Amino acid sequence: MQAWIYAKTFRLALMLAFISKVPDRKQVTRLKVAVFSLCLIPLVRLVWLALHDDLSANPVEFVERSTGYWTLFMLLTTLSLSPVRLLTGRTWQLQFRRMLGLFMFFYACLHVTAYLWLDYSFIWPDIIKDIVKHPYVLVGAAAFMLSLPLAVTSSNLMIKLLRERWKKLHRLVYLIAVLGVLHFWWLVKKDIREPLLYALILAFLLLVRVYCKPKAKAASK
Amino acid sequence: MIIQTKSDIIPSEITPQEVFDDRRKFLQQAGFGLLAGSAGLLVKPLEAAANAAGDLAQLKSRANSPILKLPAYSKTQYGAGEKLTSFEDVTSYNNYYEFGTAKDEPAINSKLFKPQPWTVSIEGEVKKNKTISIEDIYKLAPLEERIYRMRCVEGWSMVIPWVGFPLAQLIKWAEPNTNAKYVEFISLADRQQMPGVNMPILDWPYVEGLRIDEAMNPLAIMAVGLYGQPLPNQNGAPMRLVVPWKYGFKGAKAIVKIRFTEKMPLTTWMKAGPNEYGFYANVNPQVEHPRWTQSSEKRIGAGLFAGRIKTQMFNGYTEQVGQMYAGMDLRKNF
Repeated sequence: MQAWIYAKTFRLALMLAFISKVPDRKQVTRLKVAVFSLCLIPLVRLVWLALHDDLSANPVEFVERSTGYWTLFMLLTTLSLSPVRLLTGRTWQLQFRRMLGLFMFFYACLHVTAYLWLDYSFIWPDIIKDIVKHPYVLVGAAAFMLSLPLAVTSSNLMIKLLRERWKKLHRLVYLIAVLGVLHFWWLVKKDIREPLLYALILAFLLLVRVYCKPKAKAASK
Repeated sequence: MIIQTKSDIIPSEITPQEVFDDRRKFLQQAGFGLLAGSAGLLVKPLEAAANAAGDLAQLKSRANSPILKLPAYSKTQYGAGEKLTSFEDVTSYNNYYEFGTAKDEPAINSKLFKPQPWTVSIEGEVKKNKTISIEDIYKLAPLEERIYRMRCVEGWSMVIPWVGFPLAQLIKWAEPNTNAKYVEFISLADRQQMPGVNMPILDWPYVEGLRIDEAMNPLAIMAVGLYGQPLPNQNGAPMRLVVPWKYGFKGAKAIVKIRFTEKMPLTTWMKAGPNEYGFYANVNPQVEHPRWTQSSEKRIGAGLFAGRIKTQMFNGYTEQVGQMYAGMDLRKNF
C-alpha cells in the first residue's frame, strides 16, 4: 500500500513535469501550501489513530514503522526531483526540494523520538547498547546524524555563506539515502520485498543522475 | 494417460462442490493480489483475501462442516495473577509466515483454513508408525488451562491462557524407542490454503524440534485452544506446541507430523539464519541477538507509553526448566 502511494506520487510528478506549463510565482506558492499540507497528513493520521487507540496490538512498533516509512518516502521524493529535471528538462519542481527534504528530516525526528522515548523511555545505557550491537540500528542512527548538518544548513543564509561547500555538504544526502534503505533492509527478518523495492527506486534515481548528466554536458558543448 | 490410484478419502470428508468453487474464487482473488504484489506495487494479497473472506460466515454455514468443539477443561495455577493479553491482540498480532509475513496477515489470510478433519502422524524412532485424529488427541489427556508468558525473539511478549495438555502425554502415547533423543514437529504446508507457502521466504514445511527431555518437561504443552475456545486458525489450529521458556518461534503451529529422531533436527529458522537462531532458543537476556535487544521486551497491550520490561532468564521459568541445561554453555547453545 505504502509503496503504491510512492509509485503514484512519482508518476504524478513525472506527468506534471511533462504536461503542465511552468507555474508562475503565485501558483508555486499555492502549490507549496498544498504540498506542505499533504506532507502533514501522515502525522495527522498517527495522532488520529493514537487518540482512537487504533495503532494495532503493538502501537510503539506501529509508530516507529510509520514514521520510518514516511522518512524514506520524503527522502526518495526529494531525490526524485532532479531526475525529473534530467529526464524532462523541467526545473520548476526543484523549488520543492528544500521543503520535502525538511519534511524528511521532520519525520526522521519523529522516528528517532519514538525510538528514544516510546521504545526505550530514554534509558541511555540500553539505547547505546542497542545502537552499538545491532547493525540496522547503527546505520539508521548514522543516517540521522548525517542529516542533521543538512537540516541546519538549509536556510538561504547558509547557502550564501557556504557557497560551493554547501553543494559538497549536501551531497551527503546520497549516503543518507543508502544508509536509510540499508536500515530498513537489515531490519526485516526474511521477507525483503518492501526494502528491495525502495532499494530499486533509489538505484533508479541514482542511475538517472549518473547516466543523464554526462550526456547533458556533452550536448551543451 | 490417466493414472488411477485408490482414494483413501472417506465420502464425508469430501468438500461439497459449491464450497469448493467458492474456495477457488477466493484463491483466484488472492492470486491476483499476489500477482499485483510481485509486479512491484506490493498491493497486498490480503486486500483480495479480505474481500473474499467477507463471505466467510455465509460460506461456513453452507459448508456445514462440523466445527471443532473443545471438551471441558480444568483451570490450573499456572500464571495465576498475570494480566492477560486481550483476545483481540492475541488473535490479531501473529507471526505465522504460512499466512503472510505481516503481523496482521495471518488473521485475515487464515479465515478459510480448515483445521478439520485433521490427523497427526507419528514417525521415526517409535515402536510403530501411527496416526491420530484431532478428535482423539482431544481425548488423549484431560485438557487444562495454562496461563503462560510468551516471549517473541523480536522483543515483544504476551500472556496467553492456553488450553491444552502436557506434551509428555502425547509422547507416552507415541511410544518412542530408546534411540529417540529428539522430537521434530512438522507443520502443515498447504499451498492452496496457506498463501505464504507459495513464497520462498522459508524452507517449507516449518520444522521445529526439542530434545526429548525438554519435550517431556511438564511445562511443555500441546495447545488446542485459547481463551476457552478451540485454537483460532491464526494461532496454529488445530494443535500447536507451546514451550514458554523458549522464544515464540519454537512453537510450531498446525502440526501434522511428529517425528522422533536420534540426531538433532535442523529447524527451519536454523536453516534461515544460523547465526541468529539456534536449536535451543531459550529466552535468555544475557545472550545478544544480532537484530533485537533481548534484555528487555515490550508487553503487548501495555500501551504507547508503557516502555519496556526486563526479560527474565528462561522467560521466568528457571525453577521448572533450569536444571535441564545445567553445565551447558548457553552462549554457544543459543
